[in-house]
Amino acid sequence: MTDQPKIDLSPKVSDEIRKTTCYMCACRCGINVHMKDGKVAYIEGNRDHPVNKGVLCAKGSAGIMQVNAPSRLRKPLRRVGPRGSGEFREIEWDEAISTAVGWLNELHETAPHKLAFFTGRDQSQSFTSFWAQNFGTPNYAAHGGFCSVNMAAGGIYTMGGAFWEFGQPDWEHTKLFMLFGVAEDHDSNPIKMGIGKIKARGARVIGVNPIRSGYNAVADDWIGITPGTDGLFILSLIHVLMKAGKIDLDYLSRYTNAPVLVNAAEGPEKGLFLRDAEGKPLVIDRVTGEPTAFDKPGVRPDLSATYEKDGVTHRPVFHLMAEKYLTGDHAPEAVAKRCGIPASRIRAIAAEIARVAFDEAIELDQEWTDFRGETHSKMIGRPVSFHAMRGISAHANGFQTCRALHVLQILLGTVEVPGGFRFKPPYPKPVEAHPTPHGDRRPGRALEGPHLGFPRGPEDLLLNEDGTAQRIDKAFTWENPMSAHGLMHMVISNAAAGDPYKIDTLFMYMANMSWNSSMNTKGVMEMLSARNEDGKYVIPRIIYSDAYSSEMVAYADLILPDTTYLERHDCISLLDRPICEADAAADAIRWPVVEPDRDVRGFQSVLIELANRMSLPGFTDDDGTPKWKDYADYIVNHQRKPGIGPLAGFRGENGDKEGRGEVNPDQLNRYIENGGFYVAHIPEGADYYKPWNTAYQDWAVGMGIYDSPQPYLFQLYSEPMRKFQLAAEGHGSRQPPDHLRQRIKDTMDPLPIWYETDQQGNEGFTVNALTQRPMAMYHSWGTQNAWLRQLHGRNPLYVPTKLMQEHGLQDGDWAKVSSPHGEITVPVMEMAALNDNTVWTWNAIGKRKGTWALQEDAPEATKGFLLNHLIHELLPPKGDGMRWANSDPVTGQAAWFDLKVKIEKTSPPDDVESQPEFAPIKSPVGTGPKDLAWKVGK
Amino acid sequence: MTQLPTSTDRKMGLVIDLDTCVGCHACVISCKGWNTENYGAPLSDQDAYGSNPSGTFLNRVHSYEVQPEQGSAQLIHFPKSCLHCEDAPCVTVCPTGASYKRAEDGIVLVNESDCIGCGLCAWSCPYGARELDMAEGVMKKCTLCVDRIYNENLPEVDRIPSCVRTCPAGARHFGDLGDPDSDVSKLVSEREGMDLMPEMGTKPVNKYLPPRAKDMIEEQIDILAPLLAPVAEEPKGFLGWLDKTLEKL
Amino acid sequence: MHPAPSVIIFTTLSGLGFGLLFFLGLGLPDVSGWVAFIFFAIANALAVGGLLASTFHLGHPERAWKAFTQWKTSWLSREGWCAVLALITMGLYALGVVFLGQRWNLLGWIGALLSLATVFTTSMIYTQLRTIPRWNMKLTPAMFLSFSLAGGSLLAGQTSIAVPLLLLAALVQLLYWRQGDKAFSASGTNLGTATGLGQRGAVRTFEPPHTGTNYLLREFVYVVGRNHAEKLRVISFVLAFALPILLLLIPFSHFFALLAVLSHLAGIATSRWLFFAQAEHVVGLYYGKR
Ligand SMILES: Nc1nc2c(c(=O)[nH]1)N[C@H]1C(S)=C(S)[C@@H](COP(=O)(O)OP(=O)(O)OC[C@H]3O[C@@H](n4cnc5c(=O)[nH]c(N)nc54)[C@H](O)[C@@H]3O)O[C@H]1N2
Ligand SMILES: Nc1nc2c(c(=O)[nH]1)N[C@H]1C(S)=C(S)[C@@H](COP(=O)(O)OP(=O)(O)OC[C@H]3O[C@@H](n4cnc5c(=O)[nH]c(N)nc54)[C@H](O)[C@@H]3O)O[C@H]1N2
Ligand code: SF4
Ligand code: SF4
Ligand code: SF4
Ligand code: SF4
Ligand code: SF4
Ligand SMILES: [Mo]
Repeated sequence: MTDQPKIDLSPKVSDEIRKTTCYMCACRCGINVHMKDGKVAYIEGNRDHPVNKGVLCAKGSAGIMQVNAPSRLRKPLRRVGPRGSGEFREIEWDEAISTAVGWLNELHETAPHKLAFFTGRDQSQSFTSFWAQNFGTPNYAAHGGFCSVNMAAGGIYTMGGAFWEFGQPDWEHTKLFMLFGVAEDHDSNPIKMGIGKIKARGARVIGVNPIRSGYNAVADDWIGITPGTDGLFILSLIHVLMKAGKIDLDYLSRYTNAPVLVNAAEGPEKGLFLRDAEGKPLVIDRVTGEPTAFDKPGVRPDLSATYEKDGVTHRPVFHLMAEKYLTGDHAPEAVAKRCGIPASRIRAIAAEIARVAFDEAIELDQEWTDFRGETHSKMIGRPVSFHAMRGISAHANGFQTCRALHVLQILLGTVEVPGGFRFKPPYPKPVEAHPTPHGDRRPGRALEGPHLGFPRGPEDLLLNEDGTAQRIDKAFTWENPMSAHGLMHMVISNAAAGDPYKIDTLFMYMANMSWNSSMNTKGVMEMLSARNEDGKYVIPRIIYSDAYSSEMVAYADLILPDTTYLERHDCISLLDRPICEADAAADAIRWPVVEPDRDVRGFQSVLIELANRMSLPGFTDDDGTPKWKDYADYIVNHQRKPGIGPLAGFRGENGDKEGRGEVNPDQLNRYIENGGFYVAHIPEGADYYKPWNTAYQDWAVGMGIYDSPQPYLFQLYSEPMRKFQLAAEGHGSRQPPDHLRQRIKDTMDPLPIWYETDQQGNEGFTVNALTQRPMAMYHSWGTQNAWLRQLHGRNPLYVPTKLMQEHGLQDGDWAKVSSPHGEITVPVMEMAALNDNTVWTWNAIGKRKGTWALQEDAPEATKGFLLNHLIHELLPPKGDGMRWANSDPVTGQAAWFDLKVKIEKTSPPDDVESQPEFAPIKSPVGTGPKDLAWKVGK
Repeated sequence: MTQLPTSTDRKMGLVIDLDTCVGCHACVISCKGWNTENYGAPLSDQDAYGSNPSGTFLNRVHSYEVQPEQGSAQLIHFPKSCLHCEDAPCVTVCPTGASYKRAEDGIVLVNESDCIGCGLCAWSCPYGARELDMAEGVMKKCTLCVDRIYNENLPEVDRIPSCVRTCPAGARHFGDLGDPDSDVSKLVSEREGMDLMPEMGTKPVNKYLPPRAKDMIEEQIDILAPLLAPVAEEPKGFLGWLDKTLEKL
Repeated sequence: MHPAPSVIIFTTLSGLGFGLLFFLGLGLPDVSGWVAFIFFAIANALAVGGLLASTFHLGHPERAWKAFTQWKTSWLSREGWCAVLALITMGLYALGVVFLGQRWNLLGWIGALLSLATVFTTSMIYTQLRTIPRWNMKLTPAMFLSFSLAGGSLLAGQTSIAVPLLLLAALVQLLYWRQGDKAFSASGTNLGTATGLGQRGAVRTFEPPHTGTNYLLREFVYVVGRNHAEKLRVISFVLAFALPILLLLIPFSHFFALLAVLSHLAGIATSRWLFFAQAEHVVGLYYGKR
């Protein structure tokens, strides 16, 4: 056809591409930012990037709406109205900085613990913790305590790493992939890419989740489990597999503590490992029959042999496991009803796991040498892999459940083998390679070590002489001894109660604590604005850094407005939570691809300025000269240890060293030229069996990941946990308070167990209530995005067909949903592919009126709602005079998903708005424009 | 121009894998981003920060639940954009010739400078693939990224639609469905790709790969059961088995 | 379908206008001079006004002329041509009748045919749409034509022709409703075929692709309550047909004739409103709506 219009098939795409790192979630994909006329025009994935290899999720692609959001804060703010009103006065940065220094410097010099510095989902924790450490306050943590510390700690205590961001399935080889309790996760794009690969191979995906959406919707088999019972299900799989001998004995004997002998003699050592003079755990050598250090070259640990000494039979861990897991109470028939999974299905899954792991084993022709010096000619792959996240970790039995899942993988021999689970550097990293927690107060000086760490026993708890907590969040106390990430969800309530002590300044960074990040949202708002009798606020000062007009802004006295992710330097460091993949170490930066058009400053640079003005140790030389002028300067010039800094790539004077090397002043430019990231590939032959593979260990030392090789055994049996139990049994000088003894004995079992999490006070509340992350929204901040909010502008409560019918509900009807703690009234919608006794909604869609530059009648504020109103950080009183935390007793992880509710049909509220409603906040940024027709460069 | 070409040299289109789509909306937003900046008028949004936000999108992801006769309900994410129909009714109804189907590759396009915004083409499309832009008053639809797939300013690997390039799960495939040997055609024949609303007679070029059969694990148990034969009923027996097995190691 | 006032006004008025032109072209009533002027003025006002109204909903009315280009394939384009040709032909014819006292019969007949053809092309714009089963029926053009003829005869004051034509139109209307109510299910299109998932089990919509609204929902998804529709059908039927027939059957008076015309007009407009409002586009299936 000749009269077809002529169109330009090769229009110019952009003037320039600037490559940096996405920020809309912790996945941290590489992005190509296409620029036109100096403005952001289009964002796509960077094909060369190790994380996303070119793909990009909805949030990442909508970045242009994030950088240009009308909700961006524009200038520092000083509160003028009462807290929560949103009334502010714009101030200059000079005033903002000197105000903050005025408040903080005195605390630094006299009572550093009176500063509580907590950060949310930021991606610079190694830096913020360094700042807090040098300030001298014990009160620092990021958000991990309410997020997924159970997964992280469960993994690290068991095998030196977890799923989360620390490892991933071997997507290339796996033939059976089983996913527990994941809606989206941090590794969002890689998981989707991985599932895509598995599907393209026609391999099987099994989804274990009460809700069949997202990843679970594409799963070949869906297990709509009863929430909170995964541990029971997993232990049942372990039962069946052990019973059938479908476990990898060779692997267990070589790489795990299954053969390690456990002390059976009564006394303070009972249940601890038998060790040699050097403190090395002992195994019976199959060759000599003698107890031998586990790592002695040539030793062949025996899984079965016992050891008689002083008339006591000491048995290996594996005996204890057989004893525990072979009993009938773990049989599928015994757990089926509680799990809501037919016994026949549990068996079928176990059998399929066994078939794929052992009958479809793969072998890679790759020689490698283990830490005992033995060379193996092949790498045996057991192509069964697992992944799990908050669905199992955000329960009060989550730590043990996460341990159980790791133990299952280890029994199958699927960790760090082809087709199984693989660590991402800097993991594997055993507990011994992690610090212990530090919480001393040292006015005018730096803390002796990092705040957060992994306690090895009661001696590492952060307790004062009188038994009171050193930290404001009571992390590392008997209430939750292994709270490796702190307890952000307890900070505000403890500070408001003055328990364990009063604080002066609450300093927070990107955490929307007066809304979606808190349990008991209304209570938190009240605590933040509570006053003493003298009319002064109970929490005297609140400083907050946000980039946007969030709900939390209104509760701060001083706002330090941050830049957006395309306007500043950032560092995604190996010292922190890097972007590594299983076969490469990698880190990345962000850099200002556009200049801010407002009077805002990168928060990290502001922290440096504050530190310099206070002459904090670590930041200034003895004579008070600042070491770094801003964050970019710090990224390049800071050295944690000689030769090791925030960035591992392009080190050394010529930029040709990786991992270790002198400072390279040109480092940031080299990163920019390289697309904003650096990848150091793990050499072939070092890329599996990492914890025991000498080639990997040596490479990791060279990279600066370890100071010396750190081979170790997987800890099926956790000795640190046993130490806490021993204390509860009365051994040792540090003793738990009596009211916690029994709980510690029960829950700190060194072998994974399952216990019921149904909470006291739940009588009459029988329906499980959950939240899920929508793939296209990031917590609260998706809402300000004009494109994304059209996808999820409100959130109904999804109710299973059975409950819809039982309650006479239809789509669009309203229901009153109550828990022992509170009540909400919300619209409902039916979902069939859902556990029969579970309701759920999308997380963090509901917004408070007046925030995020939305109009007050925005659907997010009128129809959207939070489930958080129903969840309390404390459990209902049980009559013992105490309020128990709604947390995992081991780690303190917030038990978001233990929530039980009651639902009743009700008429729509008078104003047809979701309840509860709160007074609108006065927007410090006004509202966004009516219409958008975006075209940069026109 | 509203005459359909009697045949097109190629039939470029998308193949969407319903077995793999996780419903992440990445393709939706990537499409919005590319097409806002490129072909024709930007895709506008009305009441962008208000009570009733609405905007023009060329690709949307629905989700459906299917209740089979036996077993659990299933959920299927369902992306949908223009199917570039061979017998495209949207083209023939257009009074101005703005809508047309390209003879060389079968892509159905709107020539925005001819479009009067009458909406008739959208009325005639069974799939809801056309949306009238409220700011510009012209009809918008998926262009199959005609300004990418031949674009010499893009590296060759990137000469694919924006939505395909971005899809994290790899659920979207692009190619010539007129060529039986193309990867997409093979995929369609292997996986029994299907048409939407075949009864409409539109002969869509885009194909959908149906989800695989689900929840079948228990049906395999007869074959699998021997794998679970206990090595011994008693824990003691288990340890005996252990000793024996260890000897073999 | 969203019952946009512009299309309702357009189809109602232009149908009536071209109906009147049809009769004027045939020389019914056989008028000349000023009386003829008034008749032609009314007819043209209705036809042209209707056509103008139809441009109100255009995104770019200034480009409306481009709509004449695609007469080979597009019914909308053909409608444009027919309308213009009919108006020109009838314009010339009117010139003769009003000012020159001439009745060019051949021209009148051609004009009359073109007028009917215009109504037919209008109806075909809707009829051709397989996406709207309620329109995609032979009865749609029958309805447009019979309405136009009945209305035209009524306006033309041809009582004796009007009564049977009104009866015919009433009958067509009833048949149209009867068949229309079954059309969607008879079309065989349902969520199963729309998604291709029908073989696997019962399909229901879960989450919509967006919580907000969009063009498609505004344009195509319009729900009239069943009871409400029933009531409107009765009202429209009474106004469009029953009352005018009654008024024509009682002894003639100009007042009653005027009343009959107004009643018919209101009835047809109501019927047209229902024509749009009750029409279900298959795209609604994707959104769980019909
Ligand atoms: N798009 C997007 N991505 C994000 C985020 C975001 O907001 N948006 N947030 C990031 C953050 S901070 C985090 S912590 C991660 C969290 O990522 P996920 O771990 O995916 O967290 P949730 O979305 O809370 O999903 C929890 C899942 O567990 C299921 N579940 C709940 N209880 C149980 C149970 O007892 N058993 C089982 N088997 N399943 C259960 C729920 O149905 C839900 O599918 O996502 C990160 N990634
Ligand atoms: N009901 C329920 N509640 C939950 C959960 C759940 O599953 N269910 N999940 C919990 C979990 S795991 C988490 S991690 C928390 C998440 O809770 P938060 O970490 O509080 O998550 P956001 O809502 O993303 O809040 C982050 C804040 O950072 C701001 N921000 C964004 N970008 C920048 C920036 O560049 N600089 C600065 N300074 N600020 C910025 C945002 O505007 C926002 O105010 O929510 C928890 N809350
Ligand atoms: S997954 Fe999405 S939001 Fe997260 S970093 Fe990658 S592109 Fe950005
Ligand atoms: S990007 Fe891919 S996986 Fe995501 S919704 Fe689109 S087609 Fe589905
Ligand atoms: S899908 Fe709709 S718009 Fe696209 S070619 Fe077919 S009929 Fe036309
Ligand atoms: S809206 Fe534009 S493209 Fe569609 S039929 Fe009308 S003129 Fe043609
Ligand atoms: S091919 Fe291009 S225009 Fe079409 S849906 Fe994909 S991104 Fe949008
Ligand atoms: Mo989180």
